[in-house]
Amino acid sequence: MNEAAQKLMIVFRTAPYGTIYSYEGLENVVMMAAYEQDLTVLFIDDGVLSLKKGMDSSAFGIKDFSPTFKALEPVYDVEKIFIDKASLESRGLSLDELIIQPELIDSDQVEKLMEEQRNFMMF
Amino acid sequence: MKYGILILEGPYQHEASDSAYQFARAALDKGHEIARVFFYQDGVLNSTKLMEPQSDDRHIQKQWSALATENEIDFVVCVAAAKRRGINEEVVAEGFKIGGLGMLTDLAIEADRLITFRA
Amino acid sequence: MLHLINKSPFESMSFEDCLKYASSGSPILFYEDGVYGAMAGSSLEGRIKEIMGDHDVYVLKEDLALRGLERIVDGVKEVDYAGLVGLTEEHKTASW
Repeated sequence: MNEAAQKLMIVFRTAPYGTIYSYEGLENVVMMAAYEQDLTVLFIDDGVLSLKKGMDSSAFGIKDFSPTFKALEPVYDVEKIFIDKASLESRGLSLDELIIQPELIDSDQVEKLMEEQRNFMMF
Repeated sequence: MKYGILILEGPYQHEASDSAYQFARAALDKGHEIARVFFYQDGVLNSTKLMEPQSDDRHIQKQWSALATENEIDFVVCVAAAKRRGINEEVVAEGFKIGGLGMLTDLAIEADRLITFRA
Repeated sequence: MLHLINKSPFESMSFEDCLKYASSGSPILFYEDGVYGAMAGSSLEGRIKEIMGDHDVYVLKEDLALRGLERIVDGVKEVDYAGLVGLTEEHKTASW
């Protein structure tokens, strides 16, 4: 992280593949990580579905972006990754069904995270 | 205050581009600075000068171009999103320029407020 | 945080999703198709009145006029684009 790093956040709240939001959100995470900003990544609502194990995009020739999500912490040094517990539970999923295991947070933490940032974008 | 505006939606299909335009006008009228408007995802389609709406309708690209040139605002069209959609330097209208996604990160760092207009 | 709702709450979850996260005192503004959420006499009127205990609720005048909506829920405040800009001076925004 550089000395002048700003607090920035990308929020995923849309399911993958049906629209491009999730993909572009991830592109922004990678870009912001390259800029060495104080970066937070948050998954809420249908955004939690972006992390489901077992995605197979081969039939469509669409880029599989699961490997990039997996690389966020080890490769891009993104350490603050959170997921809304209620969003996960309401979709019948648990952390072990996801390709990465973000820190579970309660819904009342979501707005606090948003307020803490210099800016955030929601995809 | 220094504003950044992010547009994720194309013209005519959705109100997002119109809303962003009205917001930008109102912010300038109140004396605010717009650091940059970033056109992203289908939002890149707002920049094409090949746009030719019927005469009784607003011309969304021309509205944006006038806003950019009159107020010297930086309008950036995301290069990767543009290439996907057939938008290149040849079709981009006056006031718009094509640039990298890093310019959106720069805007998020620089702006006091970053406001997204989307479907 | 100013929460911006641009989808009809009769069609989209975004209004209810936003309420799960919005803390007490955070304003909510309906614009574009979101303005249908502020119509008086709709099945949502009770819900809007309920949340007004915790949130100031605003609706964008220009989008009401565009859609021919004249009667809005009592207590919902009409603002124009200048008013919206004013709200963003005070608050960061979340576009749902």
